[in-house]
Amino acid sequence: MSEEAYIYDAIRTPRGKGKPGGGLYEVKPIDLVTNLLEEMKSRHQLDTTQVTDFICATGEPVNEQGQNIAKTALVYSSWDDVTVGAQLHRYCAGGLDAVNTVAMKIMSGMESIGVAGGVESMSRLGIGASGAAAGDAWVAMKSYGISQGLGADLMAQLDGVTREDVDRYAVQSQARAAHARDNGYFDRSIVPVKDLNGVNVLEHDELIRPTSPEGLAGLNPSFTMFNDFGHGDFLKFKYPEVERVECIHTPGNSSGVVDGAALVLLGNKQAGDDQGLRPRARIRTCALTGTEPTIMLAGPAPASEKALQQAGMTTSDIDLFELNEAFAAVVLRFQQLMDIPDDKINVNGGAIAMGHPIGATGAMILGTVLDELERRDLNTALVTLCAGGGIGIATIIERV
Amino acid sequence: MSYIRLEKGADGIVDLVFDQPGKDVNVMGDEYAEAMPKALVELEAMKDDIKGLYIRSGKPGQFFAGGDITMMLEMDLHPSDQERKAMLDGIVEAKAPLRRLEALGVPVVVGINGPALGGGYEIALACHRRIALDSPRVKVGLPEAMLGLMPGAGGVVRMVRMLGMEQAVGLISQGKQLTAAKALEKGLIHELASSEEQMAEKARAWILANPEAKQPWEQAGYSIPGGAPSDPATQGLTYFGPVNVMVQTWGNMPAQQVIMAAVIDTARVDYDTAHVVEARYFQRLLLDQVARNMMTTFFVQMNAMDGGASRPDGFDKTEVKKLGILGAGVMGAGIAFNAAKFGIDVVLKDVSLANAERGKEYASSACEKSRSIDAQKTQEILARIHPTADVTALADCDFVIEAVFEDRDIKATVTSETEAVLSKNAVLASNTSGLPITELAQASARPANYIGMHFFSPAERMPLVEIITGNETSEEALARAFDLAQQLGKKPIVVKDAPGFFTTRVIGQTITQGQRMLAEGVNPALIENGARMNGSPMGPLETLDSISLETAYHAANQRRTDAESAGEIWQPAPESEVIRIMVEEAKRVGQARGAGFYDYDDNGKKTATWSGLKDLFAAEGYVDMPFEDVRDRLLFPQVLEAIRILEEGVITSVGDGNIGSIMGIGFPPHTGGVFQCVNAYGANAFAERAKVLTEKYGEVFEPPKLLLDMAKRGETFA
Repeated sequence: MSEEAYIYDAIRTPRGKGKPGGGLYEVKPIDLVTNLLEEMKSRHQLDTTQVTDFICATGEPVNEQGQNIAKTALVYSSWDDVTVGAQLHRYCAGGLDAVNTVAMKIMSGMESIGVAGGVESMSRLGIGASGAAAGDAWVAMKSYGISQGLGADLMAQLDGVTREDVDRYAVQSQARAAHARDNGYFDRSIVPVKDLNGVNVLEHDELIRPTSPEGLAGLNPSFTMFNDFGHGDFLKFKYPEVERVECIHTPGNSSGVVDGAALVLLGNKQAGDDQGLRPRARIRTCALTGTEPTIMLAGPAPASEKALQQAGMTTSDIDLFELNEAFAAVVLRFQQLMDIPDDKINVNGGAIAMGHPIGATGAMILGTVLDELERRDLNTALVTLCAGGGIGIATIIERV
Repeated sequence: MSYIRLEKGADGIVDLVFDQPGKDVNVMGDEYAEAMPKALVELEAMKDDIKGLYIRSGKPGQFFAGGDITMMLEMDLHPSDQERKAMLDGIVEAKAPLRRLEALGVPVVVGINGPALGGGYEIALACHRRIALDSPRVKVGLPEAMLGLMPGAGGVVRMVRMLGMEQAVGLISQGKQLTAAKALEKGLIHELASSEEQMAEKARAWILANPEAKQPWEQAGYSIPGGAPSDPATQGLTYFGPVNVMVQTWGNMPAQQVIMAAVIDTARVDYDTAHVVEARYFQRLLLDQVARNMMTTFFVQMNAMDGGASRPDGFDKTEVKKLGILGAGVMGAGIAFNAAKFGIDVVLKDVSLANAERGKEYASSACEKSRSIDAQKTQEILARIHPTADVTALADCDFVIEAVFEDRDIKATVTSETEAVLSKNAVLASNTSGLPITELAQASARPANYIGMHFFSPAERMPLVEIITGNETSEEALARAFDLAQQLGKKPIVVKDAPGFFTTRVIGQTITQGQRMLAEGVNPALIENGARMNGSPMGPLETLDSISLETAYHAANQRRTDAESAGEIWQPAPESEVIRIMVEEAKRVGQARGAGFYDYDDNGKKTATWSGLKDLFAAEGYVDMPFEDVRDRLLFPQVLEAIRILEEGVITSVGDGNIGSIMGIGFPPHTGGVFQCVNAYGANAFAERAKVLTEKYGEVFEPPKLLLDMAKRGETFA
């Protein structure tokens, strides 16, 4: 590699409940992005004439989040016209993939400084708002896709993970997130969302809530309808050993639906020096891989193994793991397969407590774990997510 | 004489009359393809001078049948790229005249005087108004899916635009045939007429009153009823519909998949493009093996069966006026109801009048549950069933079916008791699923008139009857049993007398393999899912539960006693051990007692396989068996057994074997049956796979000589 890619900063909006009445429902997705662009520029007195590209992920690129929200936000913002942008869709992996893509541009030597991130206004553009190529009838009949949540239930069953296990994990996620928030661990990176007059609309993550095992146990499973309406049999084309899936994932142990955005500033050494920036970490490796698409959620472990192998590292070389809590079973499977102790993974909670703004999450959790590495004065972290179609993504960062 | 006549009337209306020379029914074959464009050229030349067009059939009581199946079966299944292109062009060209018809610029009305199915209804769809004769002969619909096909002459495109996606997909993928009244209610036709004359009058009046007639979708402000694929209102259909097609057919029915996709995809594009999209999907099915299987078995072989291919020649067609039934249990009562429904008087005899009356009550409650039987009909049906305990009541029956308990002695007793009062010519048929007819006939004083008729349960619904001839059964008795089966609305197959006949022997194979795999420690979910994915209606374990494990248990005990009394050492087969353990140790004997391989709820509905199976049969964990092997172990032995039966001459008609296996014992219909399945697989490939299975799973998979010879010679079952 001709260049190193450094992370100079990583910021995010707070996450608002992703439904009408949520703290960011009234905010247009472009304003979530522009707020962060302006903050990034002013925080570092960034000379934006030097920034080549902005890759912005979103899961529903349609209507007010449609076409190329990255370039639209740049034009609308105070950034220089020279900075261009592109929208990226890699399902839930988009935010991290944006980071990896910009890092690779820098590592290749073709570009010197860029921004990556993602945005999702789930309250305004819910899952499915942009349609889906996978929804085509002929394609669907040849692809064996099922509800992702039922995929989580299926995976749990195959792994021997029970309702008690996933609920226990959920309680832990909530407690850790509340503790981190109350102790200000997120303060450095959360940028309040302001309206057009500069008034704060939302300052803190909205979804974290007190949770008890008893309360969680009382929740109804979320994906029973899909199980009963054909998906429960459809999955047998791939998993004929299954007689019937038991649904265990509920709103309490699955990722929350929220609005939010995140932005990461990356560059090579020279570009950072030129702008007077101090690097916080570097990208060691990043990896993508595909796994069985019906179950869809098994990508993190193989993607992480690939990233570790590329870096010549093993799990013991990683200080902290950050795996998106799409569903509790995703994390439990990863811990089982990779032998990761509880105290090294998602140490400040995750999407079960704080929500999963689809396109933004990857960039958001990269920032969260970087903050925590600094707070604990540790060195290495591995960030990973599962995504639609069985995609797995992983990135290893290392403080400098 | 020409296929199409154009007759211009004084009122300026042209009659377009379909009257295919030399045929009783008009069909959409080569002659139509030649005549229709010519007619259009003439019509286009005169369109400015005419008021409208009235389309009708020149055949009395027959409108128009569908496409030419024989021609489709002759098409190369694997054509070259060039041939594929030519084929597509041909499909597009064939439907073009109907597009020109609806765009003539004058009102076009059709008068439907008889069945308008498939291609016939597609012609009607291209008209601006459809009037049908209010007659029981009239049937309307697009039944192509029943043969693994779909409408290919605009039927999908026009049905979707006329009725909306949801209605269209339901009617087309289930191949629904509607009566005139039902078709009116569903919007497939616009009005009814009481006579052909009135139909013509109505048509002419409508033409004169609607000079600007257009198809609905060509009128301003049109939108697809119920919504387009992008509308939120149709999301349930577009999201769950395809998945449901897959899980209801286990991916085995390409026609239903193609229809679902064609309905949605034609609704996404403009009208002319939609016709091209439809043509491509239609071609896909013309090149589909499953469609060939279904056309072969359900059209060609079924027509042969209906025409009496297995019925001896030289005997006039007979009709039973009064049917005697011995035994008013589930089977006897079912047959009685079935016969009464078809207008036959029934004497239902049992040992007591109370028993016989209980049998009649079965018919009464079945009438109540049926939506197609009203109070009037119920009365008629019940009036035909005469319960009795008096054997002399059978004296004037021309045919008697004995449906008592499966026990040689009981059967022998009722046989001589009945024959004592029966007229000399009456035929006595024993309903048995496996007892040898020649042996049973020993109790008969006139074995020439003694025959086997194996009905399936529930008898009023199951479409198959297996007719078994004993050594002394006369050809005339066979012909009369065949006629009675048809009179009862059944499909009769003819089998020679041998243990298990045909159907029982074949299905026994898959049940045995299911039990063996369970005994070997295979996950029961794999066994049951494997059977369903093969296309069977239920898995072998569920089948056994529904039959009752006790029957198999007692049979095995009998074999044990027989062996031991003959001084042999009893070595139970693995499947017998499974049954013994289930009955003796687990005390789970099947669905009727609420516990078998499955658990059942209070309504007798199965919930899940019993959790104790694992401890009993796979305590060390399930064995690792490739799923393909599990599936083949369930399917192959049925086919191999059928080939052995054919080899032994017990069955002589390939069509009887195919239809019997599907309609009697639920062999996967998409395969076309036990023999057609080998044709599709390839005899050689099938034999090779059987050899592999023999190596791994035993001699029951050994390919019979007949199969090996066929493989060597590259032959197919025909």
